[in-house]
Amino acid sequence: MEIYRSHVLVCAGTGCTSSDSLEVRDELNKELNRLNLDKEVKVVEVGCFGFCNLGPNIVIYPEGTFYCRVKPQDVKELVEEHLLKGRIVNRLLYNEPETEVKVKDFDNIEFFSHQKRVALRNCGLINPEKIEEYIAHEGYFALAKALKEMTREEVIEVVKKSGLRGRGGGGFPTGLKWQFAYNTPGEVKYVVCNADEGDPGAFMDRSILEGDPHSVIEAMAIAGYAIGAQQGYIYVRAEYPIAVQRLGIAINQAREYGLLGKNILGTDFNFDLDIRLGAGAFVCGEETALLTSIEGHRGEPRPRPPFPAVEGLWKKPTLINNVETYANIPAIILKGPEWFSSIGTEKSKGTKVFALAGKINNTGLIEVPMGTTLRTIIYEIGGGIPHGKKFKAAQTGGPSGGCIPAHLIDTEIDYDNLIALGSMMGSGGLIVMDETDCMVDIAKFFLEFTQEESCGKCPPCRIGTKRMLEILERITEGKGTPEDLENLEVLANTIKNASLCGLGQTAPNPVLNTLKYFRDEYEAHIFDKKCPAGVCQALLTYVIIAEKCKGCGLCARVCPTAAISGKPKEPYVIDPEKCIKCGTCIEKCKFGSIEKK
Amino acid sequence: MSCNCKSSTLETKDPRFQQLDEIIEKYKDQSGALSPVLHEAQNVFVYLPESVQIYIAEGLNVPLSEVYGVVTFYSLFSTEPRGKYVINVCLGTACYVKGSGKIMERLKKELGVEIGGTTEDGLFTLKGCRCLGACGLAPVLTINEQVHGRLTEDDVPSLVRLYRAKEEQSVN
Repeated sequence: MEIYRSHVLVCAGTGCTSSDSLEVRDELNKELNRLNLDKEVKVVEVGCFGFCNLGPNIVIYPEGTFYCRVKPQDVKELVEEHLLKGRIVNRLLYNEPETEVKVKDFDNIEFFSHQKRVALRNCGLINPEKIEEYIAHEGYFALAKALKEMTREEVIEVVKKSGLRGRGGGGFPTGLKWQFAYNTPGEVKYVVCNADEGDPGAFMDRSILEGDPHSVIEAMAIAGYAIGAQQGYIYVRAEYPIAVQRLGIAINQAREYGLLGKNILGTDFNFDLDIRLGAGAFVCGEETALLTSIEGHRGEPRPRPPFPAVEGLWKKPTLINNVETYANIPAIILKGPEWFSSIGTEKSKGTKVFALAGKINNTGLIEVPMGTTLRTIIYEIGGGIPHGKKFKAAQTGGPSGGCIPAHLIDTEIDYDNLIALGSMMGSGGLIVMDETDCMVDIAKFFLEFTQEESCGKCPPCRIGTKRMLEILERITEGKGTPEDLENLEVLANTIKNASLCGLGQTAPNPVLNTLKYFRDEYEAHIFDKKCPAGVCQALLTYVIIAEKCKGCGLCARVCPTAAISGKPKEPYVIDPEKCIKCGTCIEKCKFGSIEKK
Repeated sequence: MSCNCKSSTLETKDPRFQQLDEIIEKYKDQSGALSPVLHEAQNVFVYLPESVQIYIAEGLNVPLSEVYGVVTFYSLFSTEPRGKYVINVCLGTACYVKGSGKIMERLKKELGVEIGGTTEDGLFTLKGCRCLGACGLAPVLTINEQVHGRLTEDDVPSLVRLYRAKEEQSVN
């Protein structure tokens, strides 16, 4: 085996590859060859570091130096300076946003130093397309331990004792699910992985599948052993081509190594996996709809009970967990349930991966212990809000969740606290909003989403969300009436109570939750016909600030409706009757003298 | 339902139907075969016209109504021809708060089509989609499988030009 003095880890996740990380990799190999360093330094493609906004990301070991936004043209300098002469290339280091301090060590960057990686343990560390690298990091050790040293009942007991709860949104205790599927008698059972990550703003499942696909495969095999299944399916979104491709490679490698297939590790346990592609229906993230979709039908949900553990795929007992849930399993089996349950809060054990996005300096993927406060996530890991704007709310739980307002920023994030605030964990999207985001508009955005994605099977969801959306549209257009708020609440509660599946039951949450914390904004839209955040076009008026206007007349020339008039070198004025609020004048004005009010 | 499609000249002349035969053969005996067959058929035909749906229904021995039901349920299956480049603007939450709505508006203007429309030259189809999972780069769009991130609306014209130029190069 070749020994290398340095390893250069290049992120090959979706974020970094679209920032040209593969060109950087090629350039690295070329430069190393040119300088005859290719026997000393090895370039490794790894999964996501989580710091997508700064991609392409590179880490050089053994020093652990983190370089970001590395372009192909930077590579020559990087190789000559760092790898040949041993000098750090300062200009490519990471800048802490608040302090402007350059940090060279991976572990000292605030974005990483507050994290604890369990589900993402191998992401950004190993090459996901090489099973050997996974095995070298204790990969498939947990499967071996389960098959050789533990009974099926013991495996289930460990998962139960760990306190692991479903990471897909609902937070149901994973061990119990396993127990139910084990308890149901049946010759044929199935293990299914829900990788239909549909919540907008969440991409942890994608990163795990792209960065560490074997962890999911290993966990599914362990689950198969525990409940008595021989076949598994991974239902993954077709929108994730890199994840699908790497999963396929990983499954084939596992088969070659005898880690999937017949008589795994010399035991009498047989287990194999297949991939099924989603086709762009959000409702298929709901477990019964997902199973119907695997069966090849329209992905419509069906009433529960019977739960999938009793009657699932092709009416056989089926265990269905989400990607992140599975990714935790091998670590729990190896390190023990006590280790896992020592992390987190009383009722939410372990860590949670969040996709940090929106109006925040450090966007990307983070994994923190349950119970970490929103303040830590936003200001320490996330580096605060850009452009000196004020933090307004953090949205969690996607279209099923809600917004946590600024005054609750010290909330410890776990399943139960979020539910108590009228939001939910969901799959872990965390979208930060600042003072320029209108909460009525955000509620409308989510209703548009659920209304469009409603499968149409049950009327409360199909018709109810449509009616709610119409009211919200009226309000944002300045046509809201005082009764609208009450009607919204009545509709919301009916839809919650009467819908068939999780999509409908949670669809009104974004409205109820914003009504609770931002009712004044709704009232401003309805009574004052104003949008305080300056978002809802119909409620804005464009005005020229006379003191700032130089009278150049550019705005008048570009106005499509000739609503602006005036004399050269004197302040111009906008006729609100003619103005269609297209915003062209604001874009063109060089003096910043036009404002939306 | 009886149908004479198999004997019509269209299917026998078009070599793509031979490929479709192979696809159907590969999945025919699996449970839940319809969805993977539709995925692969769309890769071959670009979209799923009625003739293809009928052919699949017969090949898999499922009712045409079922095939049509599945095709129209999922947004990734298309019954209309699409442009060579499908532009998918992410309208997920992270991209939305970072201005993907403006990018969509600009694209509509630039291409002269509405959402779901295809340009007259058959080059571009404009679509909106739910989260692409590249939120760290918001706002993003994909053109076929290529992800373009950290965009502003002013990047739109040059992006469109880039693909037009690519096309002209490949023609010449």
